[in-house]
Amino acid sequence: MALIECENLSLGYEGHTVVEGINFSVCEGDYLCIVGENGSGKSTLMKTLLGIEKPISGRVAFGGGLKKNEIGYLPQRTAQDFDFPASVYEVVMSGCINKSGFFRSASKRAAVEKNLERMGISDISGRCYRELSGGQMQRTLLARALCAADRVVLLDEPVAGLDPVATNEMYETVRSLSKEGITVIMVTHDALPVLNDANTVLHLAGNQLFFGSKEDYLLSDAGRLFAGQSGGR
Amino acid sequence: MAYYFSYPFVRYALAAVLLISLCSALLGVSLVLRRYSMIGDGLSHVAFGAMAVGVVASVSNTMLVTMPLTILAAVLILRAGHKHGDSSVAVISVSALAVGYLLLSVFGTSANISGDVCSSLFGSATILTLSLSDVWVCIGLCAAVILFFVLFYNKLFAVTFDEDFARACGVNTELYNLALAVITAVVIVVAMKLVGALLISALIVFPALSAMSLFKSFFRVTVASCIISVVCAVAGVLISLAASTPVGPTVVVCDLAVFIIFNILGKTVFTYN
Repeated sequence: MALIECENLSLGYEGHTVVEGINFSVCEGDYLCIVGENGSGKSTLMKTLLGIEKPISGRVAFGGGLKKNEIGYLPQRTAQDFDFPASVYEVVMSGCINKSGFFRSASKRAAVEKNLERMGISDISGRCYRELSGGQMQRTLLARALCAADRVVLLDEPVAGLDPVATNEMYETVRSLSKEGITVIMVTHDALPVLNDANTVLHLAGNQLFFGSKEDYLLSDAGRLFAGQSGGR
Repeated sequence: MAYYFSYPFVRYALAAVLLISLCSALLGVSLVLRRYSMIGDGLSHVAFGAMAVGVVASVSNTMLVTMPLTILAAVLILRAGHKHGDSSVAVISVSALAVGYLLLSVFGTSANISGDVCSSLFGSATILTLSLSDVWVCIGLCAAVILFFVLFYNKLFAVTFDEDFARACGVNTELYNLALAVITAVVIVVAMKLVGALLISALIVFPALSAMSLFKSFFRVTVASCIISVVCAVAGVLISLAASTPVGPTVVVCDLAVFIIFNILGKTVFTYN
């Protein structure tokens, strides 16, 4: 049973179509990489999956007990002109926003502790978020995403702006989540996760160039070009 | 000091000041962190314009006019804010100021128009002329605002910190933005009696900024800005009584002093995580 199934999606803003003809599905335990140039419709598709934007036509169906808004979202890091006072604990706690109740119940605190532990950031839970390194920030936001939803996570360029060491650690972390059985959807420019970790690939370029298993992708024209451009690592 | 407290109007004034400063501090943290400080400023001008309309229409309680008009303007500014940013705030606020003063000078019946205008812009001794019913209205509104912030503390943090994430979690962030706009309008209309229209922004923005220069978690910033705001407001009122200075500017100068001291401390000596 597919968790997410997209049929004939056309996406865009105010009548202007960015990308059309999208058909793909995500099954429990999949590691899907969504690749494509800037402006190919990756972010729009992502926002549609998250329910932030509505498709122009076509439909997104959720199955296997997954409901809308049960996707843990790791946003792309933006420029750090950000002077928001917030501790790591507070940021992770904000992942419990969709759980009922006004206050920080014991079950919410337990979820926060568990995911701090999972991301290896329990020891910095009292630190100020804006003073963390790039890798630590991403771990914090990933812990928040896991508090919001522990079956499916959607990662938007998770290694953008990270140094090589932090990049490898990030991929390692996502790999371990995937091994735990969490379904991973990753929007990326980088060939590494596609080659090493993904089991399915969706390639967008105004329309859908490819969707299928990684093995088939690497044999397709789009896949050969993508792997070639990225240095064929 | 006991001499002052023996007068009921002083006790009313202090009760009102305490609640207003608490509300404005809570609101300030949200507005400053969302880069909405100027919206608060713009709305206070609208409140002045609305008050002029109320005076000209000889409504006995001008709050009946200022409250709905300011809430309306808050909602409009918020809607326009996405597209036009700060220019829409500038347009609305100067228009309200100009129309307000024009209305008062053309149709005003008071003998001392410039005095009235001055007191509604900078606050006068009006805080000491509050009646018991004014104080109750103030208590009711402030209690509602404080209750909102306490109940929705966690959600407000999430929406303020990362709106996209909150929307992805299925939270109706538009509703929170609307609530924040309405609360901003309410706080401004209530606080106008204390410090006057032009100085309200100081009450909203200073405590949050002072707290942010020393503290680095949302909870500590919120608590610290409430304490700073209340202490400054009460100190300002007492100083103004003792030194016979106008209330509004005295309170604002207290806030300014704390802001400067905290910034120097934050840059040089220490910060609490």
